Amino acid sequence: MVSLYAASKKIYPRSVEGIFAYWRWVFVAITQIIFYGLPWMEWGTRQAVLFDLASRRFYIFGLVLYPQDFIYLTGLLVISALSLFLFTAVAGRLWCGYACPQTVYSEIFLWIERKVEGDRSARIRLDGADFSLEKLVKKWYKHFLWISLSIWTGFTFVGYFTPIRDLGMEFFHTTMGSWELFWVFFYAFATYGNAGFMREQVCKYMCPYARFQSAMFDHDTLIVTYDEKRGEPRGGRSHHIDPAKANLGDCIDCTLCVQVCPTGIDIRKGLQYECIGCGACADVCDNVMDKMGYAKGLVRYTTQNAMKNNWSRREIWQRVMRPRVQIYTMVLLAIVLGLLVSLGLRTPFKVDVVRDRSTLSRITEEGTLENVYRLQIMNASEQEQIYQLKVQGLPGIKIETQTDVVVAPAQSRWVVVRADIPYGSVPAGSHPIRFEIQTANTRDYVVEKSVFIVPR
Amino acid sequence: MSDFSNNYWSIFVAVVSVLGIIYCALLLWFSSKVKVQAHNPDDQTTGHVWDENLKEMNNPLPRWWLWLFILTMVFAVFYYIAYPGLGSFGGQLGWTSQNEYDQEIAQANKALEPIYAAFDAQATEQLAGDPKAMAVGERLFMNNCSQCHGSDARGSKGFPNLTDKDWLHGGSPDKIKETITKGRIGQMPPMAAAVGTPEDVRNVSHYVLSMSGSPHDSVRAALGQAKFGACAACHGADGKGNQALGSANLTDKIWLHGWGEESIVSMINAGKINQMPAQEGRLTPSQIHVLTAYVWGFSNKPVAK
Repeated sequence: MVSLYAASKKIYPRSVEGIFAYWRWVFVAITQIIFYGLPWMEWGTRQAVLFDLASRRFYIFGLVLYPQDFIYLTGLLVISALSLFLFTAVAGRLWCGYACPQTVYSEIFLWIERKVEGDRSARIRLDGADFSLEKLVKKWYKHFLWISLSIWTGFTFVGYFTPIRDLGMEFFHTTMGSWELFWVFFYAFATYGNAGFMREQVCKYMCPYARFQSAMFDHDTLIVTYDEKRGEPRGGRSHHIDPAKANLGDCIDCTLCVQVCPTGIDIRKGLQYECIGCGACADVCDNVMDKMGYAKGLVRYTTQNAMKNNWSRREIWQRVMRPRVQIYTMVLLAIVLGLLVSLGLRTPFKVDVVRDRSTLSRITEEGTLENVYRLQIMNASEQEQIYQLKVQGLPGIKIETQTDVVVAPAQSRWVVVRADIPYGSVPAGSHPIRFEIQTANTRDYVVEKSVFIVPR
Repeated sequence: MSDFSNNYWSIFVAVVSVLGIIYCALLLWFSSKVKVQAHNPDDQTTGHVWDENLKEMNNPLPRWWLWLFILTMVFAVFYYIAYPGLGSFGGQLGWTSQNEYDQEIAQANKALEPIYAAFDAQATEQLAGDPKAMAVGERLFMNNCSQCHGSDARGSKGFPNLTDKDWLHGGSPDKIKETITKGRIGQMPPMAAAVGTPEDVRNVSHYVLSMSGSPHDSVRAALGQAKFGACAACHGADGKGNQALGSANLTDKIWLHGWGEESIVSMINAGKINQMPAQEGRLTPSQIHVLTAYVWGFSNKPVAK
C-alpha cells in the first residue's frame, strides 16, 4: 500500500573525482564564463550582446536583428532540438549531465555547500545535530553565499536586456526600474530555489526530458550502465581474497555509487528515468576498482547491445554511425549551413510597404493619377544610411516625393511616398507594382511588392 | 455585469467558482488520505510494460506538489476577495480595467507634460520649425488625421488637401486650431430650384468651369452667368468664396468634390454636407497646438525664434 504523495527525501550527494566529473567542471566553466562574461563585452560603443526589448532591437556582436528576424530564432531552436536528438541518440543525456543550467547551478551550489558544511557525511551530521552556534554560522554563511551568487546571476540575466554597466550603476544608486528589480530578484529566487533546494526534483518531476528520453534511445545508445554479469553476486570482502573463489562478483557493495548520485538512485537496478547521465557513479566506482586492484569500468558508458554481445570498444563505436545518427547529423548540418548562409546573405535593411487605405487614388492638378504609400525603412546596420527609392511595374510610373531617404543607425523610419502615372495610361483596377530600394553606398537591394489602384 | 437584466448569471458564476474551490480542496484531502495497492507489491510496478522491458512504477507524487495545489487554492480565495471574479462582486480593492486604463493614461500624460509645456510656450509659427515638435506632430497626424486626409495630408475626393494655400475656413494658425478643436460643417445646399431649369443648371456649371479657365462651352457659360446670382450669395459675385461661410473658391483649379461638368451639375442639384469632426475631448489642447503647427507648416515657412 502506498500513499499518493511522498515526502521527498533530502539527497546528500557525495563529492566525486574522475574523468566525468572533470568534464562536467569544464562545461560548468565554459557555460558560466560565457553567461557571466558576455554582457560585459563591448562592441564599438555598445554592449556586444543586448536584447533591447523596449526598442525591439537585438544586438549580437555585429548583427542588429529586428523582431522581423524571428526566423533566425526559430532556426536556432530547431538546431538546439536536433542537437539534443543527436547527442541523446549517441550518448544519452549528455545535456542533462554536463551542460543543463539545472545541473550546472546545482553543481556550483553543491560546491559551495561542501566548502562550508563539508562532504556528505558531515552534512548529514550537521542537519541531524541540535541547534548550535556552529550550525547557525555555517547555515547562515552558506545561504549568504548562495543568495549572493543568485543575485549576481539574476543581475547578469537582466544585463542581457538592459545595458549591464548602466544597470550596475543603478543597482548601487538604488535607482533601478521596478521591473528590472523584479526580474533580478525573480531570476535570483529561481536560481536559489532550483539549485539550492529543488535540485533533482526539477529533473524528476518538472523536466519533460526524462519522460521522453526513451523515445530517443535505442540499443546502441551509450548510457551509464552497471555491468551486472561482472558485478554480481555483489558483496563485501577482504582485499586479500580472490572473488572468484569466494563466489563473488566484482561489486563490493560499498554503495558509493548511490551516495554520489545527484538524483539518489541505484544505477545497479538498471536504466531509470531519474538518471541524468552525469557519470558520477562511473567515476566513483572506477576509484574503488583501482583500490581493490580490479579492472575499471564496472559502471561505465556502454550500450545495451554491447552489454548483451560482449562487444569491444571498437565494435561499439562502429555502431555509433548508424542511420539514425547519420540522418540527425545530416539534417543538423544542413540547417546550420542554411542558417549561416542566410545570415551571411541578409540585406542589412528591411522595407515594409503600406498602401494608404484612406486615399484610394486621386487626380492631381497636373492631370496624373496618384496613389499614396507609406514605406517603413528599417536600418539594420549601425551606420547612417541613405536609401534610394524607385518604383517599377507600370508605364510612366514615377515617385513624386523625395527619393533619397536618410535613416539613422539601427533606426526605422516611416516615409510617405506618392507615386504617379499619366492619366488614362492603364485601365481601371488594381495593378501590381514594386518598390526597389537600395542603399546609396553598399548597393544592397530590397524589392517590395504593392499595388497601384486606378479608379473606375 | 450590467449587460444582464437580472443577476442569475452572476450568481451562477459565483456559485460555480466557490464550488470549484471546495471540490478541489475535497479532492486533495481525499487523495492525501487514500492509499493504493500496487499491482506488484514487490517492486511497486503497475504491471504495465512497454517496449519489451519498460515498466511503469507506481511512483507517488512528491508532497511539495500537493502544497503547490493548496497554494493555488489559497491564492484563488484571496484573489476572489481582492479582485472581481466572483460573479458581479467587484472585489475589495475596487480594481477595474477602466480605472487601470485611466491611471495609465494619466501617468503617461504626466510624463509628457514637461515636453508639451515646452511646446505650449511657443507660437505656432515657431513651433512648426521645431523638429522635435514636428516628429510628435507627425505621429499625432498619422494616428488621428491621416485616416481622412491621407498620410501625405493631400486628401482625396471630399477630404481637403492640407498642403496647399487653399483654405475653406481660413489658414491662419488660429483658424486651423479652431477647425481642429471644434470641427467644421461645410454645407452646400441643393440649389437646382433656385438656379432654374436643368438647362440653367448645366449652363451655370459651364460658367463655373469658365471661372478657373477650365475647358467649357462659352455660349453656355455666358447663359449661365445670368443665373449665377443664386450662387453668389455664398460664393461671392466673383466666385472667390468666403472663408467665414466656408464656401469654396470656384476660380481656382482645386475641385474638392470632383472636377468636370457632371460633378458640378450633381453638386448644384443634390448639394452636400461635409463634416470635419471636432477633436476637442479626443486630443488635449497641447496636442491640438502641436497638430496646428504641423498642419500650418505644410503650406507656410516656419518663423525663426
